[in-house]
Amino acid sequence: MAKKVDFMMGNHAVAEGAIYAGCKFFGGYPITPSSEVAERMAERLPKVGGRFIQMEDEIGAMASVIGASLAGAKSLTATSGPGFSLKQENLGYACLTEIPVVVVDVMRGGPSTGMPTGPSQSDIMQAKWGTHGDHPIIAVTPASVQEQFDETVRAFNLSEKYRCPVVVLTDAIIGQMMESITIPEPGEIEIVNRKMPTCKPEEYLPYDMSNYVNPLPPFGKGYRFHVTGLHYDETGFPTNDPVLHTKNTKRIIEKLEKSYDDIVKVEEFMTDDAEVLVFAIGVSARSAKHAVVEAREKGIKVGLVRPLTIWPFPEKHLEKILSQNKIKGIVVPEMNLGQMTLEIDKIARGRCEVEGLYSLMLDPILPADILEKIRRFA
Amino acid sequence: MAYDYSKYLRNDKFPHIWCPGCSYGIALKSMIRAIASLGWEKDDIVVTSGIGCVNRMPGYMDFNTLHTTHGRSIAFATGVKLANPELKVIALGGDGDMTAIGGNHFIHACRRNIDITVFVFNNSIYGMTGAQYSPTTPRGAWATTAPYGMPESNFDVTELAIGSGASFVARSTSYHATHCEKMIKEALQHKGLSVVEIVSACPTGFGRKNKFKTPTSMLLDMKERGVNIKKAEQMSDEEMEGKYKIGVLHKEDRPEHIETYDAVVGLEKGV
Repeated sequence: MAKKVDFMMGNHAVAEGAIYAGCKFFGGYPITPSSEVAERMAERLPKVGGRFIQMEDEIGAMASVIGASLAGAKSLTATSGPGFSLKQENLGYACLTEIPVVVVDVMRGGPSTGMPTGPSQSDIMQAKWGTHGDHPIIAVTPASVQEQFDETVRAFNLSEKYRCPVVVLTDAIIGQMMESITIPEPGEIEIVNRKMPTCKPEEYLPYDMSNYVNPLPPFGKGYRFHVTGLHYDETGFPTNDPVLHTKNTKRIIEKLEKSYDDIVKVEEFMTDDAEVLVFAIGVSARSAKHAVVEAREKGIKVGLVRPLTIWPFPEKHLEKILSQNKIKGIVVPEMNLGQMTLEIDKIARGRCEVEGLYSLMLDPILPADILEKIRRFA
Repeated sequence: MAYDYSKYLRNDKFPHIWCPGCSYGIALKSMIRAIASLGWEKDDIVVTSGIGCVNRMPGYMDFNTLHTTHGRSIAFATGVKLANPELKVIALGGDGDMTAIGGNHFIHACRRNIDITVFVFNNSIYGMTGAQYSPTTPRGAWATTAPYGMPESNFDVTELAIGSGASFVARSTSYHATHCEKMIKEALQHKGLSVVEIVSACPTGFGRKNKFKTPTSMLLDMKERGVNIKKAEQMSDEEMEGKYKIGVLHKEDRPEHIETYDAVVGLEKGV
């Protein structure tokens, strides 16, 4: 059978990916350049038995998706920088209480109201550290309209599998551009649903400390558990015990660390014999790939490391290349003033040069500029 | 024979965190009697709360309970209800929680008329953080952040709810425990957004520094100033000076949000 090929906007592809993954609830608030996600969900959800609400603010939108998830609906919200800032407290709530939700952040120029219609990649650190306290988070970074779809499906799957919020970290270019996309048939991509308890209700522990991921029954199914943003014990009730607080905080962070191989997805392009690396995500990775191909034509041994998961940071992938290849330098093009570069510096530990290529110019970083940086190490 | 509350409580979670003389226990009992009298299944009930003393209440109640972030009780509850309208959803909070940091959710839930029952426990102060003034602290009253007396005007929670479009609005007090139970029961039965303001006493944070020598005197103040709406209608403005009405203050039939939404969008159920 011929595949169904569409010509679609990136933000709409996120919505379609969510529907494919089984999303039944969207709570959002209008913000450029993400509003098309909400618009598409408002239209599509009722057709698949789901509900949409435009909440009174970003904070309420984030709260509503957590509530809906606890009632058993896979839930999505979408926003951009300023709205992402407002969502952070409740995002932290979902991290601690381990409620699966997916948050789309279509990055625009910041800080503050910033550059509402201009693309940016300056929420990389906000996605990881925007909410207070030590916490786990997963962030995926699509670079095409097809990946907007695929990575949103993966975001839902990871969120359900690990009881952890997942951020789809995209930008105004990928979100707003149109490309062809193939929508897979139902069943073609595996859909993961959160684990349900098999024990009796009175034996159910929402936070069994000996498990990284515990089952999560929806409200109304007889389990009658308690959820709180205070640090809790295995039953879910508040505790002031610092030993338990330490143990549990480590547990929720380790649950991602221990599953690094399952969560962290990286495209390694021409890295086998590479002596120079380009490390890029999203729209910058498209330019980077172009530059790598051009450099290879000129005989430069360069490869591209393109994370589709930026949090947890693809440390093991980078470490492997650094230990196997004699890398002279890593070029990091990013549309901010060096957020990823800092992380890479930490991993390189002086073993090679790390050269950032930063831009706040609201246009994609050009392949020619990346090529020039590559040449420095050739 | 004494009323047995234990069926609806998580008995192993006691003693509670509230101060001696706090009136929240009385209100909790009123709520349990109201729920019990309706014969609702515990599994079907969801109680959400925000942050502050009263927001620890759901932890003691044997339902599906969700202790959220400050002010967001109604916003979380909105998601719960939309995801599963079969659930009976109660969102509770204090005066600061519901009318300051969560004020936006409060007024918009009223406007939407979503079928959630909201209880606002109004003790006129931020108790847990140490007696700072709230939007319901009376003008002139002492608070730790109003050491010279409250300089701002205060909200009337019920007027705010009525003005925002809630389809059921009532007020009761912790002194009027059986009346409170009746108001809660009516609110729970009402289809649409219902609000009950429960006038509450915080002897530790508010009473001590505002000329209430004992917790009892705060309850007696409720008895004195809370006037049943039927009686209040026959009283002059002068006679009502310094007093407030208790009872059902507003009730109307208005389309409920989810029913309306489902009809408007042609929701295809069971897909």
